[in-house]
Amino acid sequence: MKALLQLLALVHKEFLALLRDPRSRLVLIGPPIIQLMVFGYAATFDLNDVPVAVHNADRGTLSRQLLARVEGSPAFHLVAEVASEEALRELIDERRAMLALSFDPNFSRDIEQGRSGRLQAILDGRNSNSALIALGYLRNILIDFNQTQSLRHGGPPLPAALKVRAWHNENMTSRWFIVPGIVGLLLLVVTLVVTALSIAREREAGTFDQLLVTPLHPWQILLGKSIPGLVIGLLEASFIILLAVAWFEVPLRGGLGALYLGIFLFLLSAVGVGLMISAISITQQQALLGAFLFLVPAVILSGFATPIANMPQVVQWLSYLDPLRYFLVIVRGVFLEGADAGLLIHQYWPMALIGGIALLAADWLARHRMY
Amino acid sequence: MSGAGQSSRRRLRGMVRKEWLQILRDPSSIAIAFVLPVVLLFLFGYGVSLDAKDIRLGLVVEHMDSQSRDLAGAFVRSRFFRPHYYRDIQSAEQDLTERRLDGIVWLRHDFSRRLEQPGGAAIGVRVNGTDANQARITSGYIQGVWFGWLEKYARAQGRELKTPVQLDHRVWFNAAVSSRYFLVPGLIAIIMTLIGSLLTSMVIAREWERGTMEAMMATPLRIPEVLAGKLIPYFALGMFGMLLTVALALWLFEVPLRGSFVALLGASALFMLVALAMGLLISIVAKNQFVAGQIAIIVTFLPAFILSGFIFDIGSMPAPIQVITHLVPARYFVAILQTLFLAGDIWPVILPNLGAMALMLLIFMAIIRRRAHKRIA
Repeated sequence: MKALLQLLALVHKEFLALLRDPRSRLVLIGPPIIQLMVFGYAATFDLNDVPVAVHNADRGTLSRQLLARVEGSPAFHLVAEVASEEALRELIDERRAMLALSFDPNFSRDIEQGRSGRLQAILDGRNSNSALIALGYLRNILIDFNQTQSLRHGGPPLPAALKVRAWHNENMTSRWFIVPGIVGLLLLVVTLVVTALSIAREREAGTFDQLLVTPLHPWQILLGKSIPGLVIGLLEASFIILLAVAWFEVPLRGGLGALYLGIFLFLLSAVGVGLMISAISITQQQALLGAFLFLVPAVILSGFATPIANMPQVVQWLSYLDPLRYFLVIVRGVFLEGADAGLLIHQYWPMALIGGIALLAADWLARHRMY
Repeated sequence: MSGAGQSSRRRLRGMVRKEWLQILRDPSSIAIAFVLPVVLLFLFGYGVSLDAKDIRLGLVVEHMDSQSRDLAGAFVRSRFFRPHYYRDIQSAEQDLTERRLDGIVWLRHDFSRRLEQPGGAAIGVRVNGTDANQARITSGYIQGVWFGWLEKYARAQGRELKTPVQLDHRVWFNAAVSSRYFLVPGLIAIIMTLIGSLLTSMVIAREWERGTMEAMMATPLRIPEVLAGKLIPYFALGMFGMLLTVALALWLFEVPLRGSFVALLGASALFMLVALAMGLLISIVAKNQFVAGQIAIIVTFLPAFILSGFIFDIGSMPAPIQVITHLVPARYFVAILQTLFLAGDIWPVILPNLGAMALMLLIFMAIIRRRAHKRIA
């Protein structure tokens, strides 16, 4: 009972240390919400406004018809019709167009006479991903156009056709994939902000030594330092998830139990790592460096934007140390695939393990590293 | 007059010397400038790739005959897929649900017979749409194999596949469409943002917190001298880190540098100043290291990662978000780097971005100048 009261007093003190400074309060509450809104809209691989430039040497009607289809597609937007290929080159160079289309002078006549009309597409490879996506959109338009033209000229339809169905995300909206990922990113940032500097600050101010000579048991100190991170993290997680569902309309298909178990274990591992960084550091500058040395690779290797399966094997092994990797599978699984806790069991235990080891290490370091 | 200039220079030299000593005594600054860029570029350069390879594809062939074997073989030979055969769709769909497969191609038992019939054969394709971008890439590759096979099939039947429009595409600046060429130049901007603001975000806050700011106020040092004295050593340190990352990009990741080195150096120096000024501004606004550290974590990495055009295309963002991206200095540097590395010295792209960075630097410096004064708060 006494131990509990002591712990409560310490937790109270930690909350005061965090929230007393109005700038600090602002930093904890404002940015996560603003960042969810901004990043939720910004982070998408879907293209909706590809600038297209055209050089049309063809005098027939078919190139016009094809262009009308390109322009009618929501992904493309015609910015310039130019008289020479040189001008196309300049538009691409200066990034005023991402896609340049050049029609052969005999385009319409060739098609009408049963040959193939030639169309050249030039894409800006400075963003290779967008280039590939834009090319894919263009191909889809062409497949459609070819089918109608073949039928009109009495040609045979294609002997086989693909019927593509995307599971869990029928329209392949990348926002559905990214927004749950942002939940993980923001939670990691908030927990690090709360924990990574906390012990280092007391060290630098000399108050950590005072804390060590109080009757508080070391595990009470550690628990007292962990609880604010967990509480703030849980509150922000709930709020962010509410926004993801209510504002961004990402479907939440699974149960809240599986989701919150994941959130709790993820916060535990993030708090553990944050406190460990703080306990190793002597100055706050070192703690900040440590926080970045963990945060940046954790985001990169998590599969947030680029799939883990594309990484070299060694880097894939490294990503097993990253708690965010497991958490992203859980949020996306619960949100989009309606996964239950049973299917996610192999994502839960590694986070618990990482959290446990990091907290033990933080405890040991806090007691043994003294200056 | 010249006496005043001389003593100002002497004071500045003293200030720079003090900062150098402080940097050398806390190894974390050196680590920020040298270790951080190398570690990050390695991780990023190897870890970040959008090129799908070894896509786990389930091939459901209900009835194996010469046509279906031929089409399935086309998938096996493609370098993008790692195929597994299935006899029925149920077990393949089960594996797709449990994430053991990325996609399924389903050839029904009457596939070959339907090829000859007027309606044609329908090939069922299932992809896991959770990761929409990968799903799109996967179905694009499947489409490519399918189309190649259609042409081959038509030729085998003694006719040519009639495609009214024949598309010939070229991807400029990046003919192999390697995402590494696209991502590595942008990485330099992100790493530099982190280094620049990490180096300086704590320095003034630290002086306030330890009370040494008040000691400095008692000296004849003027505020611009204090600021310059803080910026110069960190600028030198940051530029070393910058050169290190450029060297790695060129020789380890073999990204071509098609523009001029001088333009790269000039743009980098300007961006380094912007990043350092941003850190200094955080430091001055926060007044204590704890808050400065918190602000630095929140405002540097994620905005530079998501809003700079490094990986997500700015042109596809909604208009209000595009306006917000103009507040992120990395945005301008990413545009310059992608152009300088892959396309060359294209001044209509480089100059406006340089101008924007210079303007940001001026604004940051003006705010710093207003907020930093020799007064005890």
